[in-house]
Amino acid sequence: MALDSRTVSVAAREAAAEAPRRGRWSAAGVRRVAGKLGGLALTLFLASLLVFFSRFLVPGDPVSFLLRGRKPSPEAIAQVTAQYGLDLPPWQQYLNWLGGALTGDFGRSLQYRQDVSTVIGERLPVTLMLVVMSGILIAIVGLSAGVVAALNRGRPLDRLTLVGLTVLSAIPSFVGSIVLIAIFAVQLGWFPTFGSGQGFGDMVYHLVLPSIALAIVFVVLVGKVTRSSMVEQLGREHVEVATSRGLKRATVIRRHVFRNALGPILTVSGVLVAGLLVASTIVEAAFGLAGIGSLLVQSVDRLDFPVVQAIVMLVVTAFVVVNAIVDLTEPWIDPRSAAGASAR
Amino acid sequence: MTTPTPTLAVKVLRAPRAHRTSLVFAIACGVVAVMTLAAVFAPFVAPYPPDAVDFTAVNAGPSAAHWLGTDGLGRDLLSRLVFGARTALLGPLLVVIGSTIIGMLLGLLAGWRGGWIDAVLGRVFDVLFAFPSLLLAIMAVALFGKGLVAPVIAMSIAYAPFVARLTRALVKAERTRPYVAAYRVQGFGGAWIAFRRVLPNVTPIVGAQSTLNFGYVLAELAGLSFLGLGVQPPTPDWGAMINEAQSGVAGGYFLPAIVPAVAVVLVVVAVNIIGEELSDRIGGGVPA
Repeated sequence: MALDSRTVSVAAREAAAEAPRRGRWSAAGVRRVAGKLGGLALTLFLASLLVFFSRFLVPGDPVSFLLRGRKPSPEAIAQVTAQYGLDLPPWQQYLNWLGGALTGDFGRSLQYRQDVSTVIGERLPVTLMLVVMSGILIAIVGLSAGVVAALNRGRPLDRLTLVGLTVLSAIPSFVGSIVLIAIFAVQLGWFPTFGSGQGFGDMVYHLVLPSIALAIVFVVLVGKVTRSSMVEQLGREHVEVATSRGLKRATVIRRHVFRNALGPILTVSGVLVAGLLVASTIVEAAFGLAGIGSLLVQSVDRLDFPVVQAIVMLVVTAFVVVNAIVDLTEPWIDPRSAAGASAR
Repeated sequence: MTTPTPTLAVKVLRAPRAHRTSLVFAIACGVVAVMTLAAVFAPFVAPYPPDAVDFTAVNAGPSAAHWLGTDGLGRDLLSRLVFGARTALLGPLLVVIGSTIIGMLLGLLAGWRGGWIDAVLGRVFDVLFAFPSLLLAIMAVALFGKGLVAPVIAMSIAYAPFVARLTRALVKAERTRPYVAAYRVQGFGGAWIAFRRVLPNVTPIVGAQSTLNFGYVLAELAGLSFLGLGVQPPTPDWGAMINEAQSGVAGGYFLPAIVPAVAVVLVVVAVNIIGEELSDRIGGGVPA
């Protein structure tokens, strides 16, 4: 590879000088942020239409749909009709639902006779804790696997890591859960098989196996993306320039390779959040955890549609919002992406 | 059998190293073929009916009578595994076919016509991307009831945008190729070129991607049955088998859960190897 290091370093310095000038608060930057937020609002609005009007796809009258499997006593019918405004035109029902949803009011649960928000609120801590613990595991294991593989690319350690990741990628979370329960909970007795525990420490202890089961598939995703992104950066000219400038290898890796490789990793982590929330339904069911995932399954089972609607909307919102945050923070981590975006 | 058995072994031994991936590929194809044949000819392959109960062997280990042992109700695991392959493979197959047809048509429309159709479809895909496939399937079950039908339809819709986005990118690149212009000059209609010439050209790459999707869908549908929302007992299904075996696992009987779990992992690995090999051979991917 012919490399004129002088032009490259000049170009790099120019780019570096350019970045702050194109600062986050330039007109283009503000327009970009506004555009992203508008897209976010539109996507969420369309998603809410889908979540709300899906009920109208079911043939038959809405009262009997909502009261499936329950005794349709006249009082119950009157109560459900009044509560959901089922005698109003559909668009007005939607506006009522949306208005409530925006203020955190998703109606009343049919199985618990409590507000949906209360039911979800009770279950949310377990799921959040699970997702956070899993996220930490994914970050540590996935990133280090990817970095180690990339720095040893082509060598046995790289191949070993790749084979390991490929094997892990074929283990769905319910299989992982069962295997972990069988080995570490039943056979060795190190961890509990069931429940989410009392108090913080106990909860962490109860969530060790579930968070591992949840992390498996996503470790593979982060590991593979980290590796390929790092490998791509390692072959870049600016890395050669940095090395030829006599910088320490650790510094080159940290400041020139890893930092530049972060973009794709961040993009993946945006997808990860929704993935974790959805996959936690399976893990929570396997470990008998009282989180929103198991609540979702239970609500489907007990025909409690308002709770299903609320949880689906929450997960979709989390996905869209996290992706928007990733999009918006990208220029802060990688100024080139802002320059590229405003040039478009 | 007329072919002497050593032939295959000798062939494998003599195969040059470069064909090592092909060997893995052949094994993967073999796994899928065996599973498919077992599913199709389940009543002839399985030693017992899937719900035949043997009270003398409850949670029994492997034996001559029950090769893979029995579950907590004394049902033969091998027989249930063989019959379970039917729903396990049929569901993903339908989803892959459905999502490929929907996705290719919409992707062709968006990539070929461009303009506002492309913009509108792009927004629709964006919204659908926000619904993870398993979540959409669970919502479909909440609306239309448990079983295989609602999740299969929901998953077909959930996977269609992935196919559509790939098709769109390929079609957009294809549209600028000289052969398209040549057909136009000869007076062929746009729709004819799109369906008869462009679509066949993008099909192999999309097909390879859809093969990879098969593995994901299989795992997700099995997960749905594991949650008790998919295929319902007494129909034997791998995910449902693991679900039913959960209480046994707590009691130390791992086999009834491990057997279907291994089957799921095996098929997913095999399908992924086939899909990756196919996309390598086609050498496709989204042109930049």
